[in-house]
Amino acid sequence: MSLLEVRDLHVRFGQTAAVRGADIVVERGETHCIVGESGCGKSVTSLAVMGLLAKGAERRAARMAFDGIDLLPMNERALSRLRGDRIAMIFQEPMTSLNPAYTVGSQMAEVRTRHKGGTRRAALDRAEELLGRVGITAPGLRLGQFPHQLSGGLRQRVMIAMALMNDPELLIADEPTTALDVTIQAQILRLLAQLQAELGLGLMLITHDLGVVARVATRVSVMYAGQVVETATTAELFANPRHPYTRGLLDCLPVPGKLPPGSQLGTIPGMVPKLTEGFRGCGFRSRCAYAQPACEADIPLYGTTHLSRCVLSA
Amino acid sequence: MKKAGLYVGLAILVLVALAAILAPWIAPHDPYAQDLNNRLAVPFWMEGTNPANLLGTDQLGRDYLSRLLYGARVSLIIGVLTVIVSGVIGITLGVLGGFFGGRVDDVVLFLITTRLAIPVVLVALAVVGLFGSSAVLVVTVLGLLLWDRFAVVARSTTMQVRGLDYVSAAWAAGCSTPRILLSEILPNILSHLAVVATLEMALAILLEASLSFLGLGVPPPLPSWGLMIAEGRDFMFFSAWVIWIPGIALFVLVLGINLLGDGLRDLVGGRA
Amino acid sequence: MLALLVSLTVLTLAFTLTRLSGDLAISIAGPAATQEDVEMVRRAYGLDRPLLQQFFSWVGRAAVGDFGESFFFRARVSDLILERMPVTLTLGLVGLCIALVVSIPMGILAAVRENTWVDRLVQLVAMLGQAMPGFWLGLIMMIFFGLQLGWLPVSGTGSWEHYVMPGMVLAFSAIPALTRLTRSGMIQALGSDYIRTARAKGLSRFSILFKHALRNAALPVVSIASVQLGFMLGGSIVIESVFALHGVGFLAWESITKNDFPVVQAVVLVLACIYIALTLAADMLNALLDPRLRG
Repeated sequence: MSLLEVRDLHVRFGQTAAVRGADIVVERGETHCIVGESGCGKSVTSLAVMGLLAKGAERRAARMAFDGIDLLPMNERALSRLRGDRIAMIFQEPMTSLNPAYTVGSQMAEVRTRHKGGTRRAALDRAEELLGRVGITAPGLRLGQFPHQLSGGLRQRVMIAMALMNDPELLIADEPTTALDVTIQAQILRLLAQLQAELGLGLMLITHDLGVVARVATRVSVMYAGQVVETATTAELFANPRHPYTRGLLDCLPVPGKLPPGSQLGTIPGMVPKLTEGFRGCGFRSRCAYAQPACEADIPLYGTTHLSRCVLSA
Repeated sequence: MKKAGLYVGLAILVLVALAAILAPWIAPHDPYAQDLNNRLAVPFWMEGTNPANLLGTDQLGRDYLSRLLYGARVSLIIGVLTVIVSGVIGITLGVLGGFFGGRVDDVVLFLITTRLAIPVVLVALAVVGLFGSSAVLVVTVLGLLLWDRFAVVARSTTMQVRGLDYVSAAWAAGCSTPRILLSEILPNILSHLAVVATLEMALAILLEASLSFLGLGVPPPLPSWGLMIAEGRDFMFFSAWVIWIPGIALFVLVLGINLLGDGLRDLVGGRA
Repeated sequence: MLALLVSLTVLTLAFTLTRLSGDLAISIAGPAATQEDVEMVRRAYGLDRPLLQQFFSWVGRAAVGDFGESFFFRARVSDLILERMPVTLTLGLVGLCIALVVSIPMGILAAVRENTWVDRLVQLVAMLGQAMPGFWLGLIMMIFFGLQLGWLPVSGTGSWEHYVMPGMVLAFSAIPALTRLTRSGMIQALGSDYIRTARAKGLSRFSILFKHALRNAALPVVSIASVQLGFMLGGSIVIESVFALHGVGFLAWESITKNDFPVVQAVVLVLACIYIALTLAADMLNALLDPRLRG
């Protein structure tokens, strides 16, 4: 049984289809990267899994299960038993994701006592241990500090430690490094990869950075215009991309030594289509060199282990 | 839904304004004419009513409907004049503080703080008590006391507008400071100030009624709604309608102006 | 520093106010007084001295709480105020408590049910409250609760029941602002990233609303609540005279009608100082609630 299984997820905000066909399977102990440009629906997908979509969002899916538990019929109360306990999440904005009115220790301890019970003292001890584990010096001191007294990088480490309070099986990280300085980005990413390996977490990492994918991912799902267009193991995807969008994306990646100095990086011409109601078919067709009439109909994911949502792969 | 409030408020205000303007023509009686043989006649919905006095008569036999119509004049005139006085003071201070910043702004902030520390009703009462009650004095005192919100909003909006490109462009074009204040800043903060003006007008009308109720507002026999409530107070346990009628009129007018202000605020999109 | 400057300005204003109204000696001596009587009064109250000298002697004494003697009550002004203050403070606090108890739940409810009929209803109630003339509401309540139902005493200061109606009327004036502020603060807090985090942590709805959101939404409410209390104390003059509650407001009203200017001056000054103290207290309370203000 897969740790997380999402089949044919759709999310709509009023007239706009934010996600219109996301299929994602995360296995135990693997790092599954979801990659795509801003607005492709990758963050919305992760929020839909957590049940954290904004008011007014409409969600439907063929299947959405965590460890075999069907998430679709769950109400807020039932979901909240899983969230923070077996599924944890960290966000893009470390500066605003912690409550300014409470200490780091208090915010970390409450997630432990909420799900596992026990004393606050025990929860604080656990928090201190985890703060040390995510590479924060003087963790005992940090427990009593408020978020505004910490830097962005430190706050993201606190968020990570907080997510680990109850030994979750699945950690969803929504662009955890985007808002940070480049040097800090590398540190946080290394920390996530290391923790994932040590704790055997299933990690669903959302990013727009193919460099990140290459370094940490076991499997990759590429999203474009609200759809997962390709899924494969990292090695397979980089060696043998099938979807024209994935190929275009890889062509844009600067590889040292491969391109002569001064030459232009690749770009994908054209724009992302507006996903208004009634938009069907491949979202990439207006920018694709291989577009054909069949692209305007709904296209399934072709393949068994290496999946691609393209008529060329049929 | 939001727009509905705006229209209802506007309708109420227009209706009351019409009643006030047309009072001499539509009022069935002289609002000052006493008829001691016809005191506290009951209004139309009660038994034993006299069709000549639709809303009954007060303790001196004066026609209540006529007094109510003329009372709308008192409320509206005092409301409008107070807003003009307080608006001029508050907007001047606020724009100066917001535009020049620094020391000027410190002084303006100090004045606003001081003004807020002064208990409005008490000081207004004290002044009227010392000088003797008159409508002019009520307007002067309320105008001198109710400018704080104008100043606060004018100051913050001026600060926002000052930094915008077209103001910088006016500077660059060599426009003089007064010219920039009058032709670039003021027109652009006017919509926010209109919202404040409605809210302050409602407040001024309420305060005038309170002062008149305490006998230190407009002097009798002027038909102020607050005064009518004060005069009816002695009879309210037996003839409750003598305070219901002017009270509801006051409540509806203030509600209408507030609804209008709220609707305007939504249109402007400000937080005035 | 600012507080001191403001107090001084109010002091000056309070003094100037009473001297603007013409010859005080004549008004104190009364209409029947002869020229000699007026001269005697003038000397007795030191009104024959230069204005500036009068001012400084008044300020000097006011600074130590000595506001002179009341012309009408023939008693020390400070004693009069101290004697009446508990009534006004009780009334103000009762009003504030009622206002908070009503407006905070209403504001939270409106925020949680944003853009539903519940929200609109709450906003409508706030709107109606804002338009309600306090003195009129007081009279209507007297007729209803006092006369028709006979639940509450109509006027006076005897027992706690005497504070219920005036407290409710006073609360009415503060409810609209407090409700709106709670609503907008809660809407802002509930849309914030840290609430998303709290939900991602699987916290209970109670904890999310009351621990995480309300704590942050409460900051502006605390500031406005203290300001409103100041306004309520200042506005108690109307309510106290409606219900014949013998507090400071009633004292001020009596003094105004009797031209008893030392009392009026003193009450203006005391209320202004209380207002300033309240805003300072609110700043301190906010510093307690918001760790960012503690530096």
